[in-house]
Amino acid sequence: MAADYQDELNALAEEAEAAVAAASDLAALDGVRVAYLGKKGKLTALLKGLGQLPAEQRPEAGAAINAAKERLAERLEARRAELERAELEQRLAAERIDVTLPGRGQARGARHPVTRTLERIAAIFAGAGFQSADGPEVEDDRHNFEALNIPAHHPARAMHDTFYFDATRLLRTHTSPVQIRVMERDGVPIRVIAPGRVYRCDSDLTHTPMFHQVEGLLVDRQVSLADLKGVLHEFLNAFFERPVAVRFRPSYFPFTEPSAEVDVECVICGGEGCRVCKQSGWLEVLGCGMVHPAVFEHAGIDPEQWSGYAFGMGVERLAMLRYGVDDLRLFFDNDLRFLGQFR
Amino acid sequence: MRVSEQWLREWVDPQLSTAELAEALTMAGLEVDAVEPAAPPFHGVVVGEIEACRPHPEADQLQVCRVRAGGEPLEVVCGAPNARPGLRAPLAGDGAELPGGQRVSATELRGVRSAGMLCSAAELGLDEDAAGLLELPGDLPLGADLRAALDLDDTVLEIELTPNRADCLGMVGVARDVAAITGAAFTPPQPPAVPPAGDETVPVELHAPTDGPRYCGRVIRGVDPQAPSPLWLRERLRRAGIRSVSALVDITNYVLLEHGQPLHAFDLARLAPPIAVRHAASGEALTLLGGERIELDSDVLVIADRSGPVALAGIMGGAETAVGEATTDVFLESAFFAPAAIAGRARRYGLHTDASHRYERGVDFEAARRASERATALILEICGGTPGPLAEAVEPSALPERPAVELRRRRLEGLLGWTPNGEQVAAMLERLGTRPEATAEGWRVQPPSWRFDLEREVDLVEEVARLYGYDALPERPLEAPLHVAAAPERQLGEDALRATLVERGYFEAITYAFVDPQLQRRLDPEAEALPLANPLSAELAEMRTSLWPGLLTALQHNQHRQHERVRLFEHGCVFRGSLDRLAQTPTLAGVCAGPLLPEQWDAPRRAVDFFDAKADVEALIERTGAGEAFRFRAAEHPALHPGQSARIERDGRPVGWLGTLHPEHAKALELDGAPVLFELEQAAVGAAALPAFTPISRYPSIRRDLAVLVDEAVAAGELLSAAREAAGATLADARLFDVYRGKGVPEGAKSVAMGLILQDYSRTLTDQDVDDVLKGVVACLEERFGASMRGE
Repeated sequence: MAADYQDELNALAEEAEAAVAAASDLAALDGVRVAYLGKKGKLTALLKGLGQLPAEQRPEAGAAINAAKERLAERLEARRAELERAELEQRLAAERIDVTLPGRGQARGARHPVTRTLERIAAIFAGAGFQSADGPEVEDDRHNFEALNIPAHHPARAMHDTFYFDATRLLRTHTSPVQIRVMERDGVPIRVIAPGRVYRCDSDLTHTPMFHQVEGLLVDRQVSLADLKGVLHEFLNAFFERPVAVRFRPSYFPFTEPSAEVDVECVICGGEGCRVCKQSGWLEVLGCGMVHPAVFEHAGIDPEQWSGYAFGMGVERLAMLRYGVDDLRLFFDNDLRFLGQFR
Repeated sequence: MRVSEQWLREWVDPQLSTAELAEALTMAGLEVDAVEPAAPPFHGVVVGEIEACRPHPEADQLQVCRVRAGGEPLEVVCGAPNARPGLRAPLAGDGAELPGGQRVSATELRGVRSAGMLCSAAELGLDEDAAGLLELPGDLPLGADLRAALDLDDTVLEIELTPNRADCLGMVGVARDVAAITGAAFTPPQPPAVPPAGDETVPVELHAPTDGPRYCGRVIRGVDPQAPSPLWLRERLRRAGIRSVSALVDITNYVLLEHGQPLHAFDLARLAPPIAVRHAASGEALTLLGGERIELDSDVLVIADRSGPVALAGIMGGAETAVGEATTDVFLESAFFAPAAIAGRARRYGLHTDASHRYERGVDFEAARRASERATALILEICGGTPGPLAEAVEPSALPERPAVELRRRRLEGLLGWTPNGEQVAAMLERLGTRPEATAEGWRVQPPSWRFDLEREVDLVEEVARLYGYDALPERPLEAPLHVAAAPERQLGEDALRATLVERGYFEAITYAFVDPQLQRRLDPEAEALPLANPLSAELAEMRTSLWPGLLTALQHNQHRQHERVRLFEHGCVFRGSLDRLAQTPTLAGVCAGPLLPEQWDAPRRAVDFFDAKADVEALIERTGAGEAFRFRAAEHPALHPGQSARIERDGRPVGWLGTLHPEHAKALELDGAPVLFELEQAAVGAAALPAFTPISRYPSIRRDLAVLVDEAVAAGELLSAAREAAGATLADARLFDVYRGKGVPEGAKSVAMGLILQDYSRTLTDQDVDDVLKGVVACLEERFGASMRGE
């Protein structure tokens, strides 16, 4: 009887293992588990039949059945892991994509190169403690000219082709009136830049009737031309991201004295001479000077106590040099083929 | 100012090459804009003389000239009308090279052998005159190289003068500055007084001495009006960019160039003395040299005789009294007029002359005599004649004052950040022609008569700086106490607004602030726009009241260039109202047209519409953190589709518009598709709320969906806000997730589905709580909108 029992157990175990191996998916495998190990499973039934054995054989037979159950459970688990892995692999293979296809959705736009340049200039000066200030674009004669020491009929007015609305109101021809507004509004000391749009009644290859400037003004005690030279040289080094040669030439602006124009070594040819710098090796990029005492007097600031410097730069000019743009008018065509190059 | 280097070096000859001289001038504030050869390159051209001419046997227009040029006579075929025996003219022999690289070789012309060619001024690149041979002076040696004979190996320095340096509008002034800059020796020319040959003078009365305080006049009788202008004189004028007119006019121009002093020659026979320097009377008119007749204003200074004005003082002479081919007696004017009396007057009449350019900026008020003597001597030399005495009318008290200016060492140091050597400074001031006098604090400086720009201490500081050299002055690295800058969180910068739109696919445009009034009127007939008094063109004639005209023009530009998908925004001021009540409002606006997304492999292709643009506007609004303050209200705008436009409000105040471009405008502007536009006051989307934390509930939330039927006219946004209000404090969020029309919904109605998410801070809500809230919401919607629960 015992031998029969053992044979039956062996045959059942063999059958069960074959069934495990034959199970081709998780559901079938679970069927095998139920068929042999479930409440009504065949191995379970064998265990239930132990009572029919003589008492002294029961422990041995019981142990043999339990060992067979355990072995089968292990097989089942191993097979499950195998099937799961196969299933995952199949899924992964099915889910393969072409990663070289472009991403989906909205594309990014871009800031205008003039804005990009303005923001860079502002950021560089912000690092040196210059706050941004602004003023109206429709200005009055007083702020745009008179208070800047440019009285009526001054020859310097001829250099500003001014758009007028009436006898005293106009489109500002430079950002310099912001100097006056800041002096009037905030008093001294002052450390500001004023970026903005300015207008001149002029349009050709190298002039547009609207363009952008950044004005700078610093007023404090004992400010000198040496400080002005220092700040502008450092600015130009920062703007072009390398040490550049700079030269200061005497010039004339009614609202500064001494006045200077600032040339930077040609960033296109490195000072060798090219078409852009008209073979001179230098590019004019800035006007500047020490604030004229008449300007201080207009604003009620004592020029004996305070001194300061002012500077102004053309943003389009700097953007053209920085990005190699060769036609000023492109800035205002708003052609996407142009704007798209400044992402 | 075009300066012949040769001429300059006759007076001041620093040991510098041309390039070094140009550099020195530039670095001292006389910016040399260009350095050009006085004559284009050519060689092999010599001085020849025509000995005899005979007609060309085969051609009526040509002559065969026998030309001597040092060696054996040559036969040259020539077509110039002025070719005649005895004439000296440039001869380009076999092998010569003319400007532009043209080679001359002996050749046969219609059967006659020509050994070379005789040249006109144009052929040598010296002038535009191609009418005949360049007539050379009889004293040039035959066979001499023309470049040497005419000193053509000269350089012209084109100096870009700033308005303060009127003193350099004459060679004397440039020479003086070169001497000051380089330290080279220079003695200003002092033309000797011409002894008068009689005592005839023309009486001159100064009726406006403040404006015209000095007037020197001289009578010269018996000049030869046909006397040719000598070549050396014409050459100097040519190099300065002035055309030769006649000997008399050329001489006045030459002295103007040399001394910076404008002169005018009147035909004495046409003058009715006495001469008065006075303001024009109202109603007076004058015919100018150019033939134009102008009405004179009473603030215009004129030279008048008994018949009335004969010249615009300091600007231009009159046609009536101009010297001409028959002039034999001349009245020569050399005067000083105050800059304030001339400034702006020429411009008023659309004129700009060499004289007005100088008088406006300031002419040396002591130069009138000097210039008159120089011109007289030249007239006598070239045109002959007998001079009267130089008669001067002057009101000394009205001449410009040159008050002494204090220059303090302390100020010089303070402004330049540099400690000067006192002797060096004094020497510089002397070189400028001032007379510095040492004082306890520095120097007392007497500015010279030719410098109108040395009025204040800072002017002298600049002079010292520029002579010392700006580049040699110290440069100090930036050093200042740093303060921590404010970082306002309630104010969004322009950069943040821009970044939002850029991330959403918009490109920034910058358009002109003045626009086409027609386009502006079309888009907004009611807006009050500010017209420019002097617009550049009819298309740029008034200030924009909206950014839309510019953006639509940019859209059009791009659509015409095969850009189907366009998303543009602009940030800039708009200008509304009259000049006296003008609002200059920083504004943000955008336009989008074409497909919503760039063409891609896995997205449905769909045109952008109102709600896409609305999402972009909402993104701007969300950045403020104050979204609940904004409302979109259906409202009509003349630029927009009446059924697809919304006024945007913040706290009940209108701050912008959003809508689809009116199809009629799209058609008229030849725009494809249905572009959507938005515009917002920058301040409205720039003012941000500071985030304020509210606690997060620990209890679960419950969502209930609710679909109501309402009339088509009911605005979903209002329905949602009403539901929010009615739901009360336990409402955590309300979402509108469906709008449905069609089967099961009556005609003229729509079903709006909302999801209400409820949550309490102190406990888990019961079904009863939720039912109560829902009942309240439904009752409110029924009452306010006539809504009925769908499916009931």
